[in-house]
Amino acid sequence: MQAEYHGYTGLVASLLRKAGVKPGDVIVVRRGDGSEFRGVLMPRYSLSPGPFIVLKLPNGYNIGVRVDESTVIEKVGSVERGKPGEPMPLVEGPLKPPRERVMIVGAGGTVASRIDYETGAVKPYLSVDELSLSVPELWRYADIDAVQVFQVLSEDMKPSMWARLVDEVAKAIERGYDGVVVTHGTDTMAFTASALAFAFHRGLPVPIALTGAQRSSDRPSSDAAFNLTAAVLVASRAPFAEVTVVMHGETGDTYALAHRGVRVKKMHSSRRDAFQSINSPPLAKVWPYDARIEIIDKRFRGRGKEDLVVENGFHERVALIKHFPGDIASVIDALVDKGFKGIVIEGTGFGHVSNDAIKSLERAREEGVAVAIVTQTIFGRVNLNVYSTGRRMLAAGVIPLEDMTAEAAYAKLSWVLARAEDLDEVRRLMLTNLAGEISGRHPLRLYRHATGV
Amino acid sequence: MAGGKLDYRALGVKVGLEIHQQLDTRHKLFCECPAELTDDEGDVFLRRLRPTRSELGDVDPAALFEWRRGRVYRYHAPPGHSCLVEADEEPPHPINREALAIALAVAMALGSTIVDEVHVMRKTVIDGSNTSGFQRTAIVALGGSIEVDGKRIPIETIVVEEDAARKLGEEGRVVDYKLDRLGIPLIEIATAPVIETPEEAKNVALAIGRLLRLTGKVKRGIGTIRQDLNVSIRGGAKTEIKGVQKLELIPKVVENEVLRQVRLLEIRDEMRRRGVTQELLDSLKPVDLTSLLSGSKSRVIRRVVKAGGKVLGVKLPLMKGLLGREVMPGRRFGGELADYARFWAGVEGIIHSDELPGYGITREDMERIAEALGASLERDAFVIVASDEERARRALEVVIWRLKLALEGVPEETRAALEDGTTRYMRPRPGSARMYPETDIPPEPVTEDLLEEAKRYVPEPPSKVVEGLVSRYGLSRDLAEAVVDDERYKLIVDLIEKYRGRLEPSYVAGFFVVTLRGLRGEGVDPDAIPDDKLAEILDLVARGDVAREAAGEIALYIARNPGASVREAVEKLGLKKLGREEVEKVLDEIVRELRDEIVKRGERAMGLVMGRAMAKLRGRADGRLVAEIARRKIREVLAGSAQ
Ligand SMILES: [Zn+2]
Repeated sequence: MQAEYHGYTGLVASLLRKAGVKPGDVIVVRRGDGSEFRGVLMPRYSLSPGPFIVLKLPNGYNIGVRVDESTVIEKVGSVERGKPGEPMPLVEGPLKPPRERVMIVGAGGTVASRIDYETGAVKPYLSVDELSLSVPELWRYADIDAVQVFQVLSEDMKPSMWARLVDEVAKAIERGYDGVVVTHGTDTMAFTASALAFAFHRGLPVPIALTGAQRSSDRPSSDAAFNLTAAVLVASRAPFAEVTVVMHGETGDTYALAHRGVRVKKMHSSRRDAFQSINSPPLAKVWPYDARIEIIDKRFRGRGKEDLVVENGFHERVALIKHFPGDIASVIDALVDKGFKGIVIEGTGFGHVSNDAIKSLERAREEGVAVAIVTQTIFGRVNLNVYSTGRRMLAAGVIPLEDMTAEAAYAKLSWVLARAEDLDEVRRLMLTNLAGEISGRHPLRLYRHATGV
Repeated sequence: MAGGKLDYRALGVKVGLEIHQQLDTRHKLFCECPAELTDDEGDVFLRRLRPTRSELGDVDPAALFEWRRGRVYRYHAPPGHSCLVEADEEPPHPINREALAIALAVAMALGSTIVDEVHVMRKTVIDGSNTSGFQRTAIVALGGSIEVDGKRIPIETIVVEEDAARKLGEEGRVVDYKLDRLGIPLIEIATAPVIETPEEAKNVALAIGRLLRLTGKVKRGIGTIRQDLNVSIRGGAKTEIKGVQKLELIPKVVENEVLRQVRLLEIRDEMRRRGVTQELLDSLKPVDLTSLLSGSKSRVIRRVVKAGGKVLGVKLPLMKGLLGREVMPGRRFGGELADYARFWAGVEGIIHSDELPGYGITREDMERIAEALGASLERDAFVIVASDEERARRALEVVIWRLKLALEGVPEETRAALEDGTTRYMRPRPGSARMYPETDIPPEPVTEDLLEEAKRYVPEPPSKVVEGLVSRYGLSRDLAEAVVDDERYKLIVDLIEKYRGRLEPSYVAGFFVVTLRGLRGEGVDPDAIPDDKLAEILDLVARGDVAREAAGEIALYIARNPGASVREAVEKLGLKKLGREEVEKVLDEIVRELRDEIVKRGERAMGLVMGRAMAKLRGRADGRLVAEIARRKIREVLAGSAQ
């Protein structure tokens, strides 16, 4: 079988090759049954192979045309592709930013992207020039600089990339920016936010706001500009100097919420307001159109109170697993065998794993592997003292992580293992509240049952 | 309109139709919500839409303008009729196969070439009517034709797409939309621009509508079918006219647009004849008239000036009288300029010299304005705008730009159809750059299974359906044709079938296409009567509870009292049918009164007796029963007198 040709495979690929046509060419497809189609050849993006050629018709629509051995393809011209000219700015006249300066650090996501109207492909594209044209509102709150550190899909993020990101953010703070915005894919944003929070927990003079988009920025209804504007507002003017996630606060375009990075979790696969603070109130409500920040949690670390202290570095061999009714013991054993140095387990309810896994936990401790426990109920606190299973787990040396989120626990264990090997020291650090990831009291109103009525 | 009718063929009129019809599917096109409207209220949320920029760097100017105006869209989301998909909070689900099958059936009936793989596209729409900022749309077939009055009308495309949200109203910067209609499947059938007269346009629309109805899978009622027209004349330009809701309006809309293009060409020629040139128009400069007019009696001007705004004016040399020319009934050329100024500059309107004195501006004001602008009231025209300075200046630039277009002829436009058959400027005609692939939905292959499913919906040719009604139910040809053309075609056939043996098919058909249509003469809209109430009326007739003759009266009552139930109508109208005993009593009385006449005339007295009886009983007793009893009573009288 021949190799892929602009997304086409098999018969179609060989027909197109034989005809010497490529995407952008105007072609005529003549089929054995006498039917004829004329249009611009499009690349094929869908992974379904099928014997179809995708054509763009003069009215802008795409269609798929079935071909077989009897089909004849002929090139009759090619579209004149316009040059990417001067983009049209959204606002007229020069931007007049205030004195504050904000650095936007790109680490993925589709907060800034361009669409290729021919193919529909969305290409991330982050630069100051681009932003000034497509989201000029940002300059209302700060003079903006931007740098792209890397561009990865949310799911491809690794702890080693956290370290590069920490370096870049630290550099911006050293250069005197009044705040830093990090753009990021939303799926793993809570992990990265936690990682940054631990790296900067000893000394952070300005806010760091992570943000992203649940609807990519190539759509008119994208939440990217709204979230980015809210994040810039936080970075430039918030009275707190903490690592936050700034995203939509409700489904409408009214306010955003600034969540503490170590407290936030993505709670919905697609909604704009997917992010929630867990076991903690959000830090602030942010109104990007009205230049307003309303503090909700008054116990924050203030802007300009600390000098910058960076403790960078994350351990790569940490796992996060979840208890399930089957053979959890073998999973723990396998992780230990594979050389993992830390395991965070989302236990049931109070944090339990099945009794037949206690032996595996004991073995992990013997091999020097730190095992920390959070709860898979998401809300509430781990408690291993109530039932005998929990007490057995404690005896096997697990670390019960109070009310920490799984994301914060994972990032923290990764950060701690990069600077402590002794299990007692690991335990001490894990149970010390470094960046607001643990709190002793939960008022009733923190948890609201979602009934849908 | 001197001289009456225009000669459409001589003018080279070309009309193409785009028929949009809602499909009657179990759920919407890209989600599981029911495809119907509701009165339920729901959650409310606010959104904005941003113009997005293409690879080539251009922004839709209309979109940009809406955004700069700070438009906010307030969406109302009834929970039973919208979900996260309509709220743009969840990606669309795979395309509804039932909708696809119906569209494929129509394609088969029109002899179109079905595509092998359906690709859903996004068409940018940024007026808020789609929460996503685009409409999802897909071509399912190309080509084909329909024959109308012996002429073959080629079909260009058959498309399935999602309907837009329902606009509830506008309040300052906020526009309200309801999400129940968003996502209801539509089929769009576009003809080639080969239609040559207004009447032909209507007939083609009628024929396509009939074909769609015969699938039995389309919705009916106001708002379920919408016609877009594109109209051009030789030397004119293609104008897209959106949203003609009533079929009867089509000829008028075409007539008005043809007239408008004719008039615009006349204005072009007149401008050229008088020596107006592009250079002359380029040289025009707005003048600040604020202090000059601050004492004016015009309320608009006083209000704007009080709020710190400006009054700007511009001289339009050699153009006296042209702005006052009518381009279609009730619409002057000046109105066209004003529409552009409203759309592109966001002003409330403009005032031009051909409509003055008026609006509180006196003859003396006019003279002072003319002097300030260096214009002659005998030869020149002028336009003034009152608004904040930036917008007023922009509005005058737009007016000059529109005049430059007028010097070239007819600009390409998208216009909105109004209730009275006239149109108004909506926006410039969009290019094809507004379309790009919907990457959230994989292409859907048209499989054998799908084609089999489609075959079930393929409508029979209307002539065949008429034959069938004639032979199966014994309807007259005229009645059968009227049934096929009726919006309620499917209901009528269902009810004929249901009451077979109890009500004659011609009675049921006649109730719909004669009796109900006749109610228009009473000034009511029979289309507004719900189907279930009509079915209930026939049910009462079939059960013998009300007389056959009373059905129309009940329908009329319900049309006038939309809240009323059928039972209520029957009671209020005193139409409860009398039993045999009561009819006997009434006839006993009549026969007693007419005894002498009966004896004199013998059996021929039947007419006289029936006349009296029906005057008393019409609508309350079955005519056949009355006749039967009357005949017996007469015989009894004659038998008695003979003894
Ligand atoms: Zn839905």
